[in-house]
Amino acid sequence: MTPATHKRPTAHRRRATTARRQSYPDTVITVPVTVPYERYSTHAAHWFAARAIAGLLQSSHLEKEAIDGLCLSSFTLAPDTGVGLTQHLGLSLRWLDNIPLGGASAVVALRRAARAVQSGDARVVACVAADTNQIDTFRATIGGFSQFSQDAVVPYGSGGPNASFALLTAHYMREYGARAEDFGKLCVAQRRNAMDVPFALLRKPLTLEEYLNARPIADPLRLYDCVMPCAGAEAFLVMRREHARELGLRSAAILATMERHNAFPSDPIQMRGGWALDRDGLYAQAGVQPAQIDFLQTYDDYPVISLMQMEDLGFCGKGEGPQFVRSHTFTTDGSFPHNTSGGQLSMGQAGAAGGYVGMTEALRQLTGAPAGRPVAPAGRPEAPARTGLVSGFGMINYDRGLCCGAAILGALA
Amino acid sequence: MRLTAAAALGRFELQVCENCQAVQYPPREACHRCLSTRLVWRIQSGEGELISATTLRHSHDEYFRQRLPWRIGMVRLNAGPIVIAHLHGDVPSPPARVKVTIGLDKAGQGALVAVPAGGAVEMSSDRQLSEMTCDPRGRAVLVTDGAIPVGREIVLALTGAGAATVWVGHRTGDSPGILSELSQIEGVRLVPLDVTDPRTVEAAATLIGPTLDILVNDSGTRIAAGSDAEQTLRVDADAARSEMDVSYFGLLNLARTFGPLLRERPSVAWVNILSVFALSNFPPHGTFSASQAAAWSLTQWLRSQLQPAGIRVLNVFAGPIAPAELAAATVAALRAGVEDSYPGEFAQQWLARWLESPKVLERELAAGR
Repeated sequence: MTPATHKRPTAHRRRATTARRQSYPDTVITVPVTVPYERYSTHAAHWFAARAIAGLLQSSHLEKEAIDGLCLSSFTLAPDTGVGLTQHLGLSLRWLDNIPLGGASAVVALRRAARAVQSGDARVVACVAADTNQIDTFRATIGGFSQFSQDAVVPYGSGGPNASFALLTAHYMREYGARAEDFGKLCVAQRRNAMDVPFALLRKPLTLEEYLNARPIADPLRLYDCVMPCAGAEAFLVMRREHARELGLRSAAILATMERHNAFPSDPIQMRGGWALDRDGLYAQAGVQPAQIDFLQTYDDYPVISLMQMEDLGFCGKGEGPQFVRSHTFTTDGSFPHNTSGGQLSMGQAGAAGGYVGMTEALRQLTGAPAGRPVAPAGRPEAPARTGLVSGFGMINYDRGLCCGAAILGALA
Repeated sequence: MRLTAAAALGRFELQVCENCQAVQYPPREACHRCLSTRLVWRIQSGEGELISATTLRHSHDEYFRQRLPWRIGMVRLNAGPIVIAHLHGDVPSPPARVKVTIGLDKAGQGALVAVPAGGAVEMSSDRQLSEMTCDPRGRAVLVTDGAIPVGREIVLALTGAGAATVWVGHRTGDSPGILSELSQIEGVRLVPLDVTDPRTVEAAATLIGPTLDILVNDSGTRIAAGSDAEQTLRVDADAARSEMDVSYFGLLNLARTFGPLLRERPSVAWVNILSVFALSNFPPHGTFSASQAAAWSLTQWLRSQLQPAGIRVLNVFAGPIAPAELAAATVAALRAGVEDSYPGEFAQQWLARWLESPKVLERELAAGR
């Protein structure tokens, strides 16, 4: 044992970032695109990526050559990555990033793209998440997901992420007194929000009773706690505000962002995410308080994670999620509009595009073009939403989601 | 893979950082705390706390799909790491004190298991864990040489352990007294078998192969390990050939005849009683040692053929040990579901020295140490 080389873990290694970070005054997010989801598809991920990029061009009236930057997220593009797509789709780029971060991909892509545009390294960055889904795709994906899960999770029943999140949910319920009805309330509201969204795969209303009596998957999770894997794509553009104006594009301001990976390694089981470390800085950067957020899009691979995000993003205290859920309503016209296009639980999860659902929906709400119903903030039922928070989470490398991200977007005049 | 290698011996080992002592799991290339790459495998107590549990009602894997519902848990080991493990049926809801141990699952891979802390736990009767064991209870077992001292003790131990049927292989010259004694026992049946005679092996296989759960090959113990005198270069060629005929070719006959039948069923286990001299030659019994080494190599081939069918190939490496003790250890090894067993002080010492340095052991044995 050599004390000189062994650092004892100290609090400062996990302290929140207090140093000032650069904002995004001249950079905007624009042109939300969704390639309609399909339960199963014979097309490759490249097909969905191509449709997404074509959609970006169609909506922006840009020529393909105008896109000089690409952020790409996909589980099923292998053996290709973003660079393979450049030749596949005839793109010539001066900036390229692969973001293999699952549900945190949209927030992270936004952060990367915004800095590239700010610095002048790129002028128009396409942020794309695209995945296909065939009968055996999901099983193959979880079988080869990570070294740790192959060695230490898959051999134990091969329950996939459902098993991992069942463990987290069971612990959360025991620790904080959450009940199935609390999770069910979120799911029912999300389904209500999805009813008018044309590309949501699950639009039939869901009752609390149906939720509570659904087929058990991994105790305590039941069918409607779990997303439905599917094929599809989501995308948006990042460019300078001036450029968007020139093009006549409605866009939203990027008020603040954050990301954290493996934030709390000493927590024996996941009870919180990296948002807890950076939320104060996030709101400070945006110049808003939680009370001014008009809607929240959480990453909802499982309802328990949505509750964790509500807590860690400052809408209530740690462990107060159940109480918060019981005292609010979450539809677009509720007291706390949440996952306003239905979230993944209603849209379906098109692989990495699952992380983009909240981002494109937030952008649509803030540019007056919601996919379903517009958010009608409490107290201002006639005024459109002005500020929204998009949260990302993902990559269950072993026993917890490693990646967290959040972005606050604001409507522009 | 190293986790599985330790499990083959019935040991639960994890990596420990030589620099900062941090225990690692899942297995990795460098310390998660100080980045040192000096990680060594050390035996773990496995004591810890069950912090969450779930019962799977759905699985992506065919094996588990057929065995739903399946209960797993998340354990925080006292040593530090968090592990996911199969749960023994007696483990209560969290929070609970548990002990994590390791077994070989049906695919032959090391798999962590959590059992209630404190007190002995029966794995072979547990719904989820029984397939990690090869308990002879209720099974049909063949002991290839049942009428020699070691074989007789094994037959008694198996019937005592609740085996439903024990076939006693015997050949001309075997003690009528022992055969008579054994055939009185309920469930014991006699079958002519001489592993060096392919015709008897074929006949026995035809008769009992299709219903056989466990095969115990103890034929190598028939060979007297020779006198205590030094074995000189002027060996008796016939004696040496006979050692190979029993140790190696006898095993080969069994493998090519019974092997395919066991794989069809598929059966539960194949046991070989070997000498620790298989690992490192004991010069006073040089040719015997070599014949056991040949047998040992062949058992590894046999394992590669049978493990994919879920059949455990168990080698019991014996030193000088009382037949009754050897028999008890064999049944214990079957119950534990291990792959390699070294019963008794002598065999344990031999293994430790061989693992430390095979070359040093070789030289020490040659020098008579």
